[in-house]
Amino acid sequence: MSTASVPLPNWITYGLMPFLNLVVAFLISGVVVWFIGESPLEAVKLLLQGALGNGEGIGFTLYYATNFIFTGLSVAVAYHAGLFNIGSEGQAYVGGLGAALASLALDHYVPWYVTMPFAVIGAAIFGAAWALIPAWLQAKRGSHIVITTIMFNFIGAAMMVYLLVHVLIVPGKMAPETRVFLEGGQLPKLDWLIAMFGGKIGAAPFNVSFLIALFMCVVVWALIWRTKFGYEIRTLGASPTAAIYAGIPYVKTVILTMLISGGLAGMMALNPVLGASARLQVEFVGGAGFVGIAVSLMGRSHPIGIVLAAILFGVLYQGGDALSFDMPKITRDMIVVIQGLVVLFAGALEYMFRPAIVRVWQRFGKA
Amino acid sequence: MENLDIISILGSTIRLSIPLIFTALAGLFTERAGVFDIGLEGKMLFSAFAAAVAAFMTGSPWIGLLAGIAVSVLISLIHGFASITNRGNQIVSGVAINFLASGLTAVLGQAWFSQGGRTPPLSPSARFTEIIFPYANELRDTGFVGRFYANVISGHNVLTYIAFLAVPASWWVLYRTRFGLRLRAVGENPGAVDTAGISVTWLRYRATICAGILCGCSGTYLAIAQSAGFVKDMSAGKGFIALAALIFAKWRPVPVMLACLLFGFLDAFANFMQGKNVPGIGEVPVQIFQALPYVLTCVLLAGFIGVARPPKAGGVPYVKER
Repeated sequence: MSTASVPLPNWITYGLMPFLNLVVAFLISGVVVWFIGESPLEAVKLLLQGALGNGEGIGFTLYYATNFIFTGLSVAVAYHAGLFNIGSEGQAYVGGLGAALASLALDHYVPWYVTMPFAVIGAAIFGAAWALIPAWLQAKRGSHIVITTIMFNFIGAAMMVYLLVHVLIVPGKMAPETRVFLEGGQLPKLDWLIAMFGGKIGAAPFNVSFLIALFMCVVVWALIWRTKFGYEIRTLGASPTAAIYAGIPYVKTVILTMLISGGLAGMMALNPVLGASARLQVEFVGGAGFVGIAVSLMGRSHPIGIVLAAILFGVLYQGGDALSFDMPKITRDMIVVIQGLVVLFAGALEYMFRPAIVRVWQRFGKA
Repeated sequence: MENLDIISILGSTIRLSIPLIFTALAGLFTERAGVFDIGLEGKMLFSAFAAAVAAFMTGSPWIGLLAGIAVSVLISLIHGFASITNRGNQIVSGVAINFLASGLTAVLGQAWFSQGGRTPPLSPSARFTEIIFPYANELRDTGFVGRFYANVISGHNVLTYIAFLAVPASWWVLYRTRFGLRLRAVGENPGAVDTAGISVTWLRYRATICAGILCGCSGTYLAIAQSAGFVKDMSAGKGFIALAALIFAKWRPVPVMLACLLFGFLDAFANFMQGKNVPGIGEVPVQIFQALPYVLTCVLLAGFIGVARPPKAGGVPYVKER
């Protein structure tokens, strides 16, 4: 009998298997570190110390995690509908334009809590707009969404560089970036939250976007599992033909899902643009859209899983930074290696251990 | 425009198209066999690194080429293991390969050579250098045809000519051999191929190996023919432009070459136009040329220039019925 059809309990499918995959990914990362000639254990110690050892480290870790929660949610929502949105990167980039425009327009006149809703809406609308054409092409023309969203990442990058170099740049300045937003256009830091736990935030740009991200997790959870539209999304993802047969409008569902996905990606821009650097810069997304793919895969497209995976990647990012200071042989690129291994083992090879686990389960577990 | 130097633009069009042609042909093999290959970019980068390291160690460009191909085939096999044997998501696997390539090459490059992820510059004897055709130098100053011969036809490295030979060779393999027929069939209807008693798995593996070989050539070209060493992230999105070219050519070999030449021309033209003023418009932003290949491909996908129909079984892992 084929092992693929044997049912396994949830704790194995959602707990043990992802855990084993992660362990393999980290073991191989350790081998790479060892191969370079450093001690993997020492590296892990430095990494954890850098990421979680003090208030500032935790602040940075959660700052990175905020980015990944947004992009992870973005990928997850599309994934529930069976759509692979690989364009969160571009949607976040363009979303930054919406957020920045809101700040540039309002920061002279109103305090931050008035600007914030406009920036959130602006980022979401611009991000969603960048997902609209790929969504339409998928729904109406049947072009593969993976291909079109990749293309739109590049088109978006070219467009944003053009806008920053030729339009939004401060006259007389060399750097392709907008002016620095005044306080009314920035999101305040969450220093009190870190202080509550007795830490000091230091230079970490951990800000209100984190709370917005957590709020969006609840919204996404409610949308996917507690609304009629969410049910339609999941049905479409489980079986497009069954969904169409059941009268679920294909075109509408695909386009709306992608708009939500793009909007979530766009909102990621709040964190770096309004929260950290207080201006729109070239390439501020920095690969967070692609990390979102890893986060969503690891988190099994569930908001709770996404938050946990995002924090894990936050630890890797911040810890990796700290590590590259202490072990110059291990550059920041090591994070990208770990990321790749996690995507490979937790994503593409997620069922690699299933046949073996099934055999063990059948022999020992059932009794 | 007073000095629109068509010859030099065409010359650099050829140079910029070669990696695209190799990579797009690689994608042609995998995608025609029903395996999506987002990891072309990563394979290119891996092979560029391997070629540069091997050429630096041995001083021989041919060993560099072999190393580039070997590593690229190895990565292809990982992609095959994930997406054919384990029936994992082919796109996820490709994304993972791209991450790994970008990270590992930089980490290893830094650890081995401590030059910020670069490999040490290669001497000319460790590279593929230009081949000057007979009489090219004599004909250089004899009018348009002479200059065309000297600058566009002659004066490229051996991989350039291999790339142009790879196009008819790929066509022949895909359309005139039994292997090619089966490969195309497995991308359209793997069930039928399986029923005929041919292993879907083995066929798809062979397709990914072909892709690995071609990607190996393309990475080698980048690192030890076009440049004199590996630079961090030197593939710079070329794998994705090649993917766009593959779609733009509707998954057919000769149009693939033409699409790559077109996208290479756009790149060359953009370089040429940098800092030049067009009367009435002013300087044309270089970003327009950068975005144009992708815009064109999306317009094509929207169905405004014919219909691009991908292989039917693309992206779907094959599950043998029991």
